[in-house]
Amino acid sequence: MKDHYDVVVVGAGPAGMAAATVVAEHGANVLLLDEQSTAGGQIYRAVSRQVLNDENILGRDYYQGRTLVSALQASGAEHVSGATVWQLSPEHEIGVSRDGVARLLSADQVILATGAQERPFPVPGWTLAGVMTAGGAQVLLKSAALAAPDAVFAGTGPLLYLVAHQYRKAGIGIRAILDTTPRANRLRALPHLPAALMNMGALLKGRRWLAELRAAGIPFIRHVEDLKLLGTDALSAVEYRHRDRWQRFDTSRVFLHQGIVPNVNLAMAAGCAHRWSDAQLCWHAVTDAWGETDVPGIAIAGDGVAIHGARAAECLGRIAAYGALHRCARLTARDRDRLAAPQRRTLVQERRSRPFLDAMFRPSRQFRLPDDDATIVCRCEEVPAARVVEAVALGCVGPNQLKAFSRCGMGPCQGRLCGLTISEMIARQRGVPVAEVGALRLRPPVKPLMLAELAALATAPESIPGRD
Amino acid sequence: MAGGTHTADVIVIGGGLHGCATALHLARAGLAAVVVEKDRIGRHASSANAGGVRRLGRALPEIPLAVAALAAWHRIRELVDDDCGFVSSCQVKVAETASELRALRQRRDTVLNLGFKHEEIIDQAQLRELVPAIAPHCVGGMVVHGDGHADPFLTVQAFKRRALALGVCILEDAPVEALRRLGGTWRVQSARGVLEAPILVNCAGAWGGHIAALLGEHAPVEAKALMLMITARVKAFVKPVVGAQGRMLSFKQFDNGTVLIGGGHQGRAEPESNRTHLNFDGLAANAASAAALFPALRGVQVVRCWAGIEGEMPDGIPVIGASAAKGAYHAFGFSGHGFALGPIVGRIVADLVVKGDTDLPIGAFHINRFSRPSVGGTV
Amino acid sequence: MRRLPRDDGPQVRVEFEGQPLLAYAGDTVAAALLAGNHWNFRTTPVSGASRGPFCMMGVCFDCLVEIDGVANRQACMIEVRDGMRVKRQLGASDIGIGADLFADGEQETPS
Repeated sequence: MKDHYDVVVVGAGPAGMAAATVVAEHGANVLLLDEQSTAGGQIYRAVSRQVLNDENILGRDYYQGRTLVSALQASGAEHVSGATVWQLSPEHEIGVSRDGVARLLSADQVILATGAQERPFPVPGWTLAGVMTAGGAQVLLKSAALAAPDAVFAGTGPLLYLVAHQYRKAGIGIRAILDTTPRANRLRALPHLPAALMNMGALLKGRRWLAELRAAGIPFIRHVEDLKLLGTDALSAVEYRHRDRWQRFDTSRVFLHQGIVPNVNLAMAAGCAHRWSDAQLCWHAVTDAWGETDVPGIAIAGDGVAIHGARAAECLGRIAAYGALHRCARLTARDRDRLAAPQRRTLVQERRSRPFLDAMFRPSRQFRLPDDDATIVCRCEEVPAARVVEAVALGCVGPNQLKAFSRCGMGPCQGRLCGLTISEMIARQRGVPVAEVGALRLRPPVKPLMLAELAALATAPESIPGRD
Repeated sequence: MAGGTHTADVIVIGGGLHGCATALHLARAGLAAVVVEKDRIGRHASSANAGGVRRLGRALPEIPLAVAALAAWHRIRELVDDDCGFVSSCQVKVAETASELRALRQRRDTVLNLGFKHEEIIDQAQLRELVPAIAPHCVGGMVVHGDGHADPFLTVQAFKRRALALGVCILEDAPVEALRRLGGTWRVQSARGVLEAPILVNCAGAWGGHIAALLGEHAPVEAKALMLMITARVKAFVKPVVGAQGRMLSFKQFDNGTVLIGGGHQGRAEPESNRTHLNFDGLAANAASAAALFPALRGVQVVRCWAGIEGEMPDGIPVIGASAAKGAYHAFGFSGHGFALGPIVGRIVADLVVKGDTDLPIGAFHINRFSRPSVGGTV
Repeated sequence: MRRLPRDDGPQVRVEFEGQPLLAYAGDTVAAALLAGNHWNFRTTPVSGASRGPFCMMGVCFDCLVEIDGVANRQACMIEVRDGMRVKRQLGASDIGIGADLFADGEQETPS
């Protein structure tokens, strides 16, 4: 790794791969940093490793990722894997760790493509061993050809049904699917259906998965009203309420999922402004038409801005790359606009079904804001909902005061699994909009750093690059 | 309160620990106090500091105040009905070389000559007994038994709660926009209305210079961002708060197992926007110091870094005392070590307001030391 | 856990809690442990509750284990290497200086 690049891209999912490829193809100096050992992000995780023999299990969409990986490799972009970015300053100083060694470098332009993570799903017992996310189950399938038979899938959203569908294709038995999609969402989503029908393919695919799952005789319970995960040392059962009756499945594996949300930690720590999206119930980065944030030279592309899916992420990655190339004086404004135009057209198409999906699979309030006082809100520090409620009653007005009062957000995950929950809980209790409550004030390191690694930086000469 | 005028006996500008402590002591003396705070109570230095409560290593003029403060900390529950997380874990300043140990001895002698016995010198064996995890190359140090640390956030909240319970009025999100003296009354225009009182106290921390200027006085306080870092939880391995003679380091482990590392490395403060920027060069040097003194800690994870906005005076000691402007007083600019003095400074300012005098020697802290044409020593 | 038919890559021998575990090159430590039906990776420092992997993508920090003597390693982010010694992380990590050195003392008053 050099000390300075024209463009540094963080994250090798579709947006990052597409961005780095474009930058390299235009002859600029680009570095693509990614935590995983191979490119692909989460959606195309391990796609170039070709782990599973049967490609029908994961489906054609997944293997499309290969095209992006090949293009990246052909472009000559420098791709460093196993690299964790723990700092991005507004002056573009980037702190990165690899193999236990930390270093600082800089770039004229930065494109963050850190993608998405799963929305927290705070139900009683969600911290028990044996409880995983549907995304986690899919990672095991993709990267290690592993599957857990007889699991209960619980939640809502396309990814839940996709993984169940993939399990079925793999011949792995599913105990049950507990669908928490609220009945009322149908009506809510209806106005968005016409637009979504213009992107028919995606919708039909989803419907087919659901039909096949039901036809396969897997218990598929819709409009589940409440959920409890039970066990002492590990998960042993799941209870759910359906049509006002509580029922139970004995199981030691549950896969939870209720949508994905942008991974905002690095962007927020860099000082990029975010706004609350009620449509997606999460923070969206404020960006211009080129993905640039209010911090000059830092752009965000892909699901890291707002959730629009993998194909849209590619387009946003390329658009951000053209913007960055122009700001580096490697592209005229005219060429930039010309090159971006087809990407923008595809983007429009790819985004058509989003409002429908957002409305249809909007997680209900009770699965976002725990009613049960004992439900753990902050997994790292084991802070129950009751403590959050108590702190707000005592005058905590926002997540930062709450953090100091209750330790919520002080653990190693740095609010990734509790941030949204606490912002929404505080807003509801205070009777104010979430935008007014705000988010946790995040600082680097956005991933924990070993003391020795940090200490070693002190001996590195010229480690603080100038920006002029 | 919007639109109306709030009248009180004392207006305290600044709702950090010192503002709340001052208001609390004034209320105890029977005065009606209102605290006007531009953000939220304790938003800045008060909740972002390292929580050290010490007499060890104090600037000489501060020693009598620190001694009185420590006595107050040991009875903090009586004052604010909360233990504030105070732990009398003792403070140790480590010497890594013979010459550092000599310097510590000289310091101890100086302090002894002033009549204070709290600073003691310890040899290598005694150091190892107090701090078993200390690096083997350390040759000894200075210890103050009875010193310790407390929880900054809990402390300022406790002072706030107690002040409210005693009838103090607190206005938050209320930056001061203007102030003037009309007859015998101070009239303060804040973002949330007008306040009037015969007495005004400037506890505005890093912004204390702005308020002093409004009073027609010069106080070159600079906004500094002192950086801190905290680790993941580790099983208990160190009790005392540890510093080092030859390094900028302050090191302590809390009951929950996390380790707080600070010492004064600076980031960059933007007081106008409440932002601070971390400087990883400084953090790295800080980490290197911690790792050098506690080699077993090298594999521990640093989970978070931050920096609060502190007010620093050029001579490193605060501004405390009466203003040249009638009916006004100052208590700000604690230069990165004001936390421990919170309980006592509040009492001192209340003394000045109520009695016109205080029993503790505060001459060295007078604001007029900055208006003299030639700046002399402060001891 | 069931292993689906996959690439015949090189196998890697690691140890979990002193017991041998066979994994594939490219597997994460988390995957290797799960494949061996170990779902309980650690106990929390706060309450001693058992935890296992949750997100498998480095976000939740619940899959923390001790690898080759170093604590707080995210099992889902680290690939297996031949000879790796993995242990469950029990409570807060231990830096090696005995806690027995800290008998509770009296609160000291200033001299």
